Amino acid sequence: MILEQLPLLQQLTLVLAAIVLFVSFVLLEQARLVAAIHVFAWQGALTATVTAIVAANSDLKHLFFSAALTLIMKALLIPWMLHRLVYRLELDRHRESLRHPALAVMAALALVIFSYWAVAPLVKQELLFTRNIVAVSLAVVLIGLWMMVIRAQAVAQVLGFMSMENGLFLAAVTATGGMPLVVELGVAFDVLVAMILFGVFFFQIRESIDTLDVDRMNRLTEKADES
Amino acid sequence: MLTVFSPLLGALLLPLIPRLRWAGWANIAVSSVTLGAALVLASDIADQDVIRTGLFRIDSLNIYLLVLTAFVGVTTSIFSRPYMIHVCDSGRIGQQGMRLYHAMFQAFMFTMLLALSTDNLGVLWVAVEGATLATVLLVSLYRTPEAIEAAWKYFILCGVGIALALFGTVLLYFAAQRAIADPAMGLSWSALYHVAPQLQSSIMSLAFVFLLVGYGTKVGLVPMHQWLPDAHSEGPTPMSAVLSGLLLNVALYTVVRLKMLVDGSLSTTDTPHLAGHLLMGFGLLSFLVAGLFLHHQRDIKRMFSYSSIEHMGLMTFAFGLGGPLATFGALLHMFVHSLTKSAIFVTVGHASHIAGTQSIDNIRGLIRTQPAVGWGLLLGVAAIAGFPPFGVFTSEFLLLSATMEAQPWFTVILLIGLAIAFAGLFRHLHRMVYGQAPEGQQPVPANMLPVFVHLGLVLWVGLTIPDLLSHWLDRATELITGGHML
Repeated sequence: MILEQLPLLQQLTLVLAAIVLFVSFVLLEQARLVAAIHVFAWQGALTATVTAIVAANSDLKHLFFSAALTLIMKALLIPWMLHRLVYRLELDRHRESLRHPALAVMAALALVIFSYWAVAPLVKQELLFTRNIVAVSLAVVLIGLWMMVIRAQAVAQVLGFMSMENGLFLAAVTATGGMPLVVELGVAFDVLVAMILFGVFFFQIRESIDTLDVDRMNRLTEKADES
Repeated sequence: MLTVFSPLLGALLLPLIPRLRWAGWANIAVSSVTLGAALVLASDIADQDVIRTGLFRIDSLNIYLLVLTAFVGVTTSIFSRPYMIHVCDSGRIGQQGMRLYHAMFQAFMFTMLLALSTDNLGVLWVAVEGATLATVLLVSLYRTPEAIEAAWKYFILCGVGIALALFGTVLLYFAAQRAIADPAMGLSWSALYHVAPQLQSSIMSLAFVFLLVGYGTKVGLVPMHQWLPDAHSEGPTPMSAVLSGLLLNVALYTVVRLKMLVDGSLSTTDTPHLAGHLLMGFGLLSFLVAGLFLHHQRDIKRMFSYSSIEHMGLMTFAFGLGGPLATFGALLHMFVHSLTKSAIFVTVGHASHIAGTQSIDNIRGLIRTQPAVGWGLLLGVAAIAGFPPFGVFTSEFLLLSATMEAQPWFTVILLIGLAIAFAGLFRHLHRMVYGQAPEGQQPVPANMLPVFVHLGLVLWVGLTIPDLLSHWLDRATELITGGHML
């Protein structure tokens, strides 16, 4: 079975999911924080669009609700909160360039390949659409994780974390038609609380080490114990 | 359902109490109501095997942990009342901090009980993530640079771990949709357990890897354990007690539940023990690495948090080993470890107040300054190191004999690991308990009742396991492995 034989709506979903993955790469490379937040908002909007398409395509009407929830949370509320925090912390001019941008992207590519390899067992079941979508979502999750590893700036790490959530949501919606409503609400609530706590922490970290460069936090290592 | 929701109510109401002295008492009261409700629930379970209502499902495995959780919650709240007042008087935290502490303590209890009692794996995930959110502000409560660093690390690592677990849950749900028609039931553990053999094995094993890494971060399995010593050492001591005594248990409980599903799904393939082998590997690694790290710790709470990792590793190994004997031993170990470790953290909290520091080198002569604390620490460490006649000895003995039966070679490794950990703990203990007390070291107001109740229970279990407990554990063992121990 090849891609062109899939129903059009599935093809559209796949294309949009691929764009979400592409946006992940943009997010990974983006040096300016404010721009990165905008990129993240676009990723949220795309995820919401995918959800709406899946909802229109199936009889799962509660997905419209999830789509609206995602749009409000991921594309509007969280970016707005981050935006305000960045301005209040006077980081709007902050730039952080990666030490080895080429290597970072290569590693991210490797993660995409790894994702396809990891979901390879699904091939046997002839689930072409699902396999692609799960692989793409897994790649988004892993790139978010990778972003948290290579970025030293606390706000950028939070963006990585939130884009992981986007990837998870994408997987849940496209592969399984969305989790049960109670779970979805719980997850959304947790993400929101996490975001508020992240905001609290930005101020606490700034107060204690005068910067949001979390690589400077190195008091608690096993080596420090030795001395 | 009073069990689960009374802490939630407490979390909402406690910060509103105007007088801080009352808030401590109210905290104890709410925890006691929770324990009472849990005990009533337990007596109901004794009559019928399973109680199901909507999202909740109580069976013999989780009722035992529910009661344990509620019990440790009560004793910790008894301990934390004078402790937190002392902290507040010494000016390390203010009024706001105290309010936050009480609210978050109850919120944490709520998430733990919800995680244990729910049948829905999605809700379980939400609850475990909620536990991180509830405790992370408590870890940074003292606002020192170290505390904030520890809290950030805890937040990020557990956040990532738990996100991977959610991916695993999505995969699980995906597999379930092929076996269960009703999508609303797709995350219900009991429904999944019934159809486990029909779940696609390839998806299930992929899902289990994600779930194990995710929830394993919370269990504190090496190499995802980095957050644990920091969070334990920098947060307030009552928090360390409940983190070690409860959170790790709940995370491990989750892993065991998931293993039951995966085992069911893989039973017909050529790798039926995949989940068990993964658990054994991670468990053994954690056990050995933590034992070695015990030796060069300078901070007393850090040292005991490594000991927690070590014990969680041992339990993980035993659950991985499977079989009625190992499972029974692991459940018993969970019980005695929770009680002993929370007792130790309580004692350590008082000890560090006496000495005014958490550094092992500066804690001296406890037994002269305040005999109750000194003896508490001595007996607690003796218990956790596995001295007979304490209960930890019994459970470790059971685990060793189970290992001997199934995989004789691992017994040697386990014995070496136990010896290393034993030496690590005792190396520092002697000088802290005996030794010359520094001039002017004063006793602090301490309530040692929780410690001696916990240690007394552990001793009782070690001398003769009460019939009630052994039958209870046996029923849980039967649920997990299908075989009887007794």
